[in-house]
Amino acid sequence: MTNQIIPSVKRRQIIELAESGKRTDGRSLTDIRRIEIKTNVIEKADGSATVRLGNTFVIAGVKFDSEKPPFSDSPNEGVLSVSAEFVPIASAEFETGPPDENAIELARVVDRGLRESKLLDTSKLCIIPGKKVWTVHVDIYILDHCGNLIDAAALAALSALLSSKMPKSDVKLRVVKVSGIEAEKISEFKVGGGVSEGFRFEEAKVEGGKSEEFKEISVEKAAEGYVPIPLRAIPINVTLAKIGDKLFVDPSLEEEEVMDCRLSVAFAEDDQKQEKICAMQKGGAGTLTPEELLRAVEIAKVKSQELRKLIPGGGR
Amino acid sequence: MEKKKLITDDGIRYDGRKLDELRPIKFQIGTLKNADGSAYVEWGRTKIIVGVFGPRESHPKHLALADRCRIQALYRMTPFSVEEWKSPAPSRRETELSKVIRESLEPAIFAEFFPRTTVDIFAEVLQADGSTRCAAISAASLALTDAGVPMRDLVSSVAVAKVEGKLVLDVMDLEDKQGDSDMPMALMPSKNVITLIQMDGLLTHEEFIQSVELAKRGCMEVYAKQREALEEHFKTVSKEEA
Repeated sequence: MTNQIIPSVKRRQIIELAESGKRTDGRSLTDIRRIEIKTNVIEKADGSATVRLGNTFVIAGVKFDSEKPPFSDSPNEGVLSVSAEFVPIASAEFETGPPDENAIELARVVDRGLRESKLLDTSKLCIIPGKKVWTVHVDIYILDHCGNLIDAAALAALSALLSSKMPKSDVKLRVVKVSGIEAEKISEFKVGGGVSEGFRFEEAKVEGGKSEEFKEISVEKAAEGYVPIPLRAIPINVTLAKIGDKLFVDPSLEEEEVMDCRLSVAFAEDDQKQEKICAMQKGGAGTLTPEELLRAVEIAKVKSQELRKLIPGGGR
Repeated sequence: MEKKKLITDDGIRYDGRKLDELRPIKFQIGTLKNADGSAYVEWGRTKIIVGVFGPRESHPKHLALADRCRIQALYRMTPFSVEEWKSPAPSRRETELSKVIRESLEPAIFAEFFPRTTVDIFAEVLQADGSTRCAAISAASLALTDAGVPMRDLVSSVAVAKVEGKLVLDVMDLEDKQGDSDMPMALMPSKNVITLIQMDGLLTHEEFIQSVELAKRGCMEVYAKQREALEEHFKTVSKEEA
């Protein structure tokens, strides 16, 4: 996309209009396009949302998956995993194949906002300490690319997470006693419950068994029942494009094509209503003066408060 | 992992530095024979070698740009550069860093002088101890200069972190892991424009403004070291040619 020759006539027109505070689509420089959020759109997902930001259309789905804790230094913490797909349905510019640097950047920027705001309490995603934790997969699909994918994707990921329900887990312990080289299967049974019920591996009493003898553990989602997902501070992402010496909130595709660079800023608000910057990313090959950077963050802060009101529970 | 106390009560950091002090930085220019331009940097324990090829014919040709030179950057970490073995396959992090490194250098290059060509920038992280993208950017701008690529300015980069409630300049790995925030920034020093800004962690608005200020000062110090290395390099080059 950045490989295209910049349409200089269009750029000039956009800059000239901006001189009088206007934009080609009739918005003011700080207006965000119309936003429509729908949650729980996919019944088979544990959480889901679609976001329309103007004509930009994004869907995000959440799935819980039980895994061995992937990081040895945090055996009791679950994992948040965000990925994004720029599928060819969304734009003539998108091609099939593994995520390119734009998709990877978007996923990582959204991930940082969610992660650094401490939205998700990963310590509560533990099923059996050191053995099984929940990985929360947030998968973002871009369906229609009409500019500002980062904000639309961040909003979709956030809404999907907020709508998520953590499944109750059926923990199956297959107790295996190792005697000599032959492993002898002793029994298999279910331990109902999940994190919310405070299940702990050590507490699982098996007659005559020691914890070292539990060799196989499988966790399945219980057929029924959910527990609330442990969510805390909510991150809101605002992206601005710099064109000439002007800053454009929520850039359209046309504006992105001619922009010098963009800046995305995520703000988190905790229980005490304390607002903090939690993530930031400059994109594109242009530059920002230090004054422009500070001004952009200032504008983003005001706009994030506006967006926060759209999120159910966002202003808590 | 047990947390270490990283800053003493008198404001001295784990490795003996003051809060606003850079690690020892040593740039070496022209370290590779085959690359058109190269630079090696030792930035504390962070060690990175950067090679630049081009402007050269674009490959594949359809990626060539009609009005300017295509800039490509590839940031890679060797499997032995970190505590635990890192798979040599490119990670999502490396892909993102390659992109932001390219975008931080592109504004400094007169790309319009060489339409239809490509400049390749390869940064190999030999040892990582924090601030690798900043070290790679700073070294890459020297390698570009060494390759004779016309530049508007050098690009100087440094990261500011919040550690134990205090803002510190030039983040090392331990501080990054235990700290509350990390903010890498790159500056074209004589133009006073920012070409890279990223941030993660929690900062108040006021802390952010202070971080930018501190990063700017750090970038200027890196800039002085880059100029020193350039002068040193070209002194020896002119002697060899004489």
